[in-house]
Amino acid sequence: MTVKDITDQLQLKIFAGASGMNREVTGGYVSDLLSDVMGHAQEGQLWITLQTHKNVMAIASLKELSAIIFVQGFEPDMDTRDLAEKEGIPLLGTTLPTFDITGKIYNLLT
Amino acid sequence: MQLEFKVMGGDFANAGYASSEIKKVLKQINIDPKIIKKVVVALYEAEVNICAHAYAGKVSVEITPEKISVEVSDKGPGIPDIELAMQEGFSTASPAVREMGFGAGMGLPNIKKNTDFLDIQSTVGKGTTLKFINYLT
Repeated sequence: MTVKDITDQLQLKIFAGASGMNREVTGGYVSDLLSDVMGHAQEGQLWITLQTHKNVMAIASLKELSAIIFVQGFEPDMDTRDLAEKEGIPLLGTTLPTFDITGKIYNLLT
Repeated sequence: MQLEFKVMGGDFANAGYASSEIKKVLKQINIDPKIIKKVVVALYEAEVNICAHAYAGKVSVEITPEKISVEVSDKGPGIPDIELAMQEGFSTASPAVREMGFGAGMGLPNIKKNTDFLDIQSTVGKGTTLKFINYLT
């Protein structure tokens, strides 16, 4: 399943990094602690968080994550978006809370 | 091959720059992706530690056919109790740093988990030097 498939099915907002919409999603990781994501997320996973600053993109890029989804209507900072454009990692948004969006994505992926 | 980078205290906007550059180099020279991942996690955590705790620091990476050696030294407050700092969950990060999702006390433990050798030397009031190695063979 690609980032685009999930974005379409869950009607996620695309903030930046649209060139990476065909990235394959291998799973997901949910955390707002950056070191936790750095230590435990796996390549290809989609990251669900409410952190919006530029460092989330640094982590997504270093870990080669497939996309980031911001929950609860949170929107990424402008420098986060710039980096996402450069790296081709989609930044997506939902107004749903973390539990709800995670459940929906889990169902799509399993 | 020897590479050097400067890291400034408080400069979170550029945290991860050295890790990103090193990752590119290691990929170019066809290092095992599993080892690249480990080095990148360890180096990123070390960069963030400088941003969160020190005034200024330097990252030096030496790549040989046998190993990747990283030295991260900073001018900063130093670590009074290294054993305590190594405990997962222990942190002295500021509330502002924690709000960003850092400072969960996972940095040094992540570095230890992702390296084959780790040495920490620290002098309170002067600074800290981390050395870590990932073997390639």
